[in-house]
Parts: sequence; C-alpha cells; structure tokens
Amino acid sequence: MTTVYKAPEGISRRDLLKRGGAVGAVALLAVSGSTIVSVDRVWGMETTALKPETMATLIQMARDIYPHDQLADKYYAVAVKEHETKAGADETHKSLIEDGIADLDGRAGEGGYRALGWEDDRVAILKEIEDTPFFQAIRGGLVVGIYNQPEVWPIFGYEGESYSQGGYINRGFDDIEWI
Amino acid sequence: MAAPYDLTDDSVVVIIGSGAGGGTLANELAQKGIDTVILEAGARHEYDSFVNDEWASFSQLSWLDNRTTSGDWRVSRDFPNLPAWIVKAVGGTTTHWAGASLRIQEHEFNALTNYGAVEGANLLDWPIGYDDLEPYYTKAEDKMGVTGTNGRERLPGNNNFKVLEAGAKALGYKTCHTGNMAINSADYDGRMSCQQTGFCFQGCKWGAKWSTLYTEIPKGEETGKLEVRPNSQVLTIEHDDSGKVTGVVYVDKDGNQQRQAARIVCVAGNSIESPRLLLNSASSKFPDGLANGSGQVGRNYMRHLTGSVYAIFEEPVNMHRGTTMAGIIQDEARHDPSRGFVGGYELETLSLGLPFMAAFLDPGAWGRTFTTALDHYNHMAGMWIVGEDMPQESNAITLHAELKDAHGLPIPDVRFTDHPNDVAMRNHAYQQGQELYKAVGATRTFPTPPYPSTHNLGTNRMSERPEDGVVNKWGQAHEIDNLFVSDGSQFTTGAAENPTLTIVALAIRQADYIAEQMGSGTI
Repeated sequence: MTTVYKAPEGISRRDLLKRGGAVGAVALLAVSGSTIVSVDRVWGMETTALKPETMATLIQMARDIYPHDQLADKYYAVAVKEHETKAGADETHKSLIEDGIADLDGRAGEGGYRALGWEDDRVAILKEIEDTPFFQAIRGGLVVGIYNQPEVWPIFGYEGESYSQGGYINRGFDDIEWI
Repeated sequence: MAAPYDLTDDSVVVIIGSGAGGGTLANELAQKGIDTVILEAGARHEYDSFVNDEWASFSQLSWLDNRTTSGDWRVSRDFPNLPAWIVKAVGGTTTHWAGASLRIQEHEFNALTNYGAVEGANLLDWPIGYDDLEPYYTKAEDKMGVTGTNGRERLPGNNNFKVLEAGAKALGYKTCHTGNMAINSADYDGRMSCQQTGFCFQGCKWGAKWSTLYTEIPKGEETGKLEVRPNSQVLTIEHDDSGKVTGVVYVDKDGNQQRQAARIVCVAGNSIESPRLLLNSASSKFPDGLANGSGQVGRNYMRHLTGSVYAIFEEPVNMHRGTTMAGIIQDEARHDPSRGFVGGYELETLSLGLPFMAAFLDPGAWGRTFTTALDHYNHMAGMWIVGEDMPQESNAITLHAELKDAHGLPIPDVRFTDHPNDVAMRNHAYQQGQELYKAVGATRTFPTPPYPSTHNLGTNRMSERPEDGVVNKWGQAHEIDNLFVSDGSQFTTGAAENPTLTIVALAIRQADYIAEQMGSGTI
C-alpha cells in the first residue's frame, strides 16, 4: 500500500542521514528503509513494490519533466505513486520502471541521476530517452497526475468547482481592470 | 407518461441517438402525435448529476468506446484512440457543447458555386439554400432561447471576452459581441439564466444552456408519444426484400439483444457512429452498407479546421470564470480568396481549466517551455478558431479490418488529413489571433493545435443527385424512403459556423416532412 502521510515525529534529519539513506544531490529527499521522507519531514512515502531509491529518482524525474518551482515535492510524489501501485500488481510494469531508472542512473554516471546537480544535465539525459516507452509512461501519467490534483490548482490560480458557490456571476467573472 | 412501446410495434418511428438532431426530431414528432422511440447508447444523467471537474466529467459523459485514427492529423499522434470529444449520454453532445448558435451564411450553402472547384476537395452545393432553412432557423432560435436573436438580450461579457473585444478593436474588427448563445441571458422556457459558472463543457448544472436532455426530451415524453431507452446500443438496421427498413437490432440496458420494429428509422448518432451503423448494416441487397450506392457513406468527413490561440498577459485574466465561449469575432467568416484560401472562419473565446490546459495546450510537450506557460494560467486568455474545412473523399469513417467492439462489430477508424486550404486558413487565423492578443499587451502567445473533434460532419451528406451523396434535401436516404439521417453527418459542406443550430433547424424541418409523408401514406 502506497501512502503519503505526515512523517512520524522524532525522526530527525540527522537520524535519516545516519541510517544511511541515499540523500539526493539536491538534498530534498531521504531514503530510509522502505520509506522516502522529505528532509523537512512534512511527508513520507512507503514503497513495497519499487525500491525507495527508485521512487526518489522518479520524483526528481517528474520534476524535471514538468518543473514548477512553486510546487513542493509532495505533489510530484503523489503524481508518480500510481507507478508504485501498478508495479505491485504487474511485474512488467515493475520492470519497466526499475529498468528505466537503472538506465537513467547508468547514463548519469557515478552517483546516478539524482547526483547531477544541474537540471540542464538531467534534462539532457531525459532528451536522450524521451521516445522510450519508459519515458512516455512517466510523462503521460504526469499530465493527469500533477495537474488534476485539486491541491495544486490554487497555486496556479485555477479555482476549480464553482457551482456550489453560485458560479462567478457575483464573484468576479468580469472583474478585469487593466484592459 | 412516457409511452412504452412494444418491440413488435411496427408503427413507430425509431430514432437512434438523442442529441441535437435525434432529441429535437423526437420531440417535434411526438408533438405532432407520432409514436416515437429513441434508442440512446448512453446513460441518462440528469443535470443535477453533472460535475464541475474536467476529468471526472469527461469520464461521466464522453464517448470512450475504442476507435482508431489514421491520416496525418496531429490528433492521430497525440490521441490515437480519441478522434472525437463527444458524448455518450441522453442529450448527446448537447450536454457538452458550448452553446454557440450561428446560422450558416447564404453563400456557404453554395460552396461549389461560390468557391469554384478546389483541387483535392469534394465540394458540392447543398440541395437547399438559406431561404429554405430561414424559417426553421427562427424556430430553432426560439426553441433554444438563443441570445441576440428575435429580441433576446445577449449575455454579459466575462474577462476572457473583454480581452478579445479589446484586441478586436485594436485590429479594426467590426463584428465582435458576446455571441448568439443557447444560454439563457434571462429566465426562459422554465429554465434559469446563466450564473457564469465556467463549466459549460461539463454539462450546465443550472440548466441555463440548452440541451435536449432537459428540454426536448422531457417535453416529448410529456405528450405520451415518446419513449426513451437509455443504454441501448444499436447494432444494425434491418430491411425487407423490397429494400424498406423494418427495424433495428440493439443491445438493451441489461445486455440482451433485442429487435425493435419500425415504420421509419432515423439515424442520429453523430458523424462517426451514424455511418458506422450504415456500414455495419450491410446485407446481400446492400453489400456496401445501407444507403451507400454512391459509395459516399463515411466519406467527406469534416471537423472544422479548428485550432486555438492562448496568450499570457502581465496582469491576471481569470478566463475560467464565466461562460466558456463568451464572445465572437465574425469579420473573418467572409469568403475572400485574397487571403489565400476559400471560405472563412470565426474566432470565439474559449477557456480550459488547468487539468485540460495541461493536456491540450501542446500535447506531448514537456520541460520549462511548457511549464512556464502553465505557471501563468490565471494570466491567460484564449480563443478557438472555427473555420470551414474542405470535404475530401479520403477523409473517412471506415470499418476497422480487425478490431471489434464488445458486441463483435468492427470499430470505426477515423481518417483525416488537412487539405492545403485548411492549412492556409489555420495559419492565417493563428497569425490574426496572435496579433490580436499582442495588440493588447500579450507577452507570449501559443498557436495551439486542434483538440479531438467536437464538430463531426459530412459523412452521410445531402446531395441533389443520388450519385453525389447519401441523403436528399430532407435527410432521407436516396435509396431507402423510410430511412433518414438526422444529425450533422448530413451536412454537404461544413461552413464556418458551429453546427448545432443548423442540426436543430434541419431536425424541425425534417419532422414536418416526415409527418407529411406519413400523413399521405407515402412512407
């Protein structure tokens, strides 16, 4: 079962580092046992089908495909968690993801994909693989996975459902002032 | 009150589909006292069950049965199994449509005469002219409560419209207003006025936008002369030795195969399913499909050339607030070959929510070029291009050679390739649209490719001569007197206008003709 939850109290960043979690070069995600925890401990994700390192790399890859600097990692984690779920039910999908990530890491050289500090360097690798089924499976899933999260809508200024509030007839449907 | 008819009752008119064509025709016939049965493939979702959520609504309403695509249109690459964005539900695509209700212009009915022969295009004049349809346009506008017609007020303009209007003025366009919309600007016909909710495509939860779901269909049912059977997928149309159609075979809501007898069958399943049904109904007497002696069934598939232009501004727009199609510029809808193409196009505001903008702004794109566009979602304005595309014989709905649906029938393949005239017109429109937004301060503009087709037209076209088309000027099959086509597939050419008003006008006119022919015992 894949869950995203508030990380348990009491695990300090130091604890995570001590436990030998592979900390990404950008030092935002830590891997501990079967769990990925954000370094600020706001959220964590347990993996059972995919390796936690794989999930951490997927999250970085998701951000590199659809980079929005105003979005925290947790939204990307939610967006890619379908692959953990699918991998649990389907060995072929599990291989697609694990092999795809292993290939990314191989192309990145020592330290792997997450160790590349510059987005441009990671994107250059993604460009090499953008026609592969692996890349397209990740990218295709993200279109709905990221942008259909109601939690991200306000960050982009999209207001979502409006019927329950009586539409916009009295809430600014024609409030533009600069035109 | 809804009349239940016996499966063996061969006095009924069977209508396949309940959208703009089928739903309207059914009510018109029922009002005349004619016994009518609608077989609708989709479920019945009343309007309070619609959802203000793009993907959830898409799942609730869309026609998602498997289809394939071919040809070199980009939809075939980006959405290979979703050629069309249309609805499978009672009310058909009138649940989803934006509401634009424009009359086809007089010259557009005679496209071949007025444009001349265009190489590679299968242009033809309609067998009817504007004058034939004019009284029915008025009836349709009154039925649908179209704004800006017959004394009705237009809708107020929203933010997206105000940007369009300012750009229109800057470019010197003269005809720009909030449109002729089948969306109530005041209470009308027992339905309330528009609340500017912004989810027209997801089904209007107020019922302010006309849909056959909550107008024509319940009105027809109230007469006791109309029965609507949802979840009823028609498989084939049957005929007797004389070639007259006698009934239809369908799968009912419980998955059982049934046969409904009929005096007359009217096909109104939209321009993909309607020709598919005729082709799937091939028999020893009609080996190429029903009504297909001309070979034109499924051909001349048109989709309007379409395309969108979105633009980002320094200040917020909030285009998602209010009616989706909130205004129009009509100056480019004229026929003026000096622009490098025949026919014309309309520019109409359009907005998508963030989830659909991500899916449709530039399908397949990724990286910062793409994401920095979405970062300014609330600073975006948008418009849709609706222009006349050329009928081409090779753009066609055909039966897939291998793939079958759940009932064992071949699925449709939708083949489309732009005609050079379509490309020239779209490029012109992209340029005008981008100039328009730049004229009011756009910092970045996006010539966005066509979405899966919403205006599907022409695949059972009307023609004067039987060898040129499928149906005559009444939508009656050239080859079979008691078989009619009642949807947009009967369009001879596409014209520049959103097609629904013309589909409704044709349905009202067809009902008069069917009643007259039944009255005289001709059919």
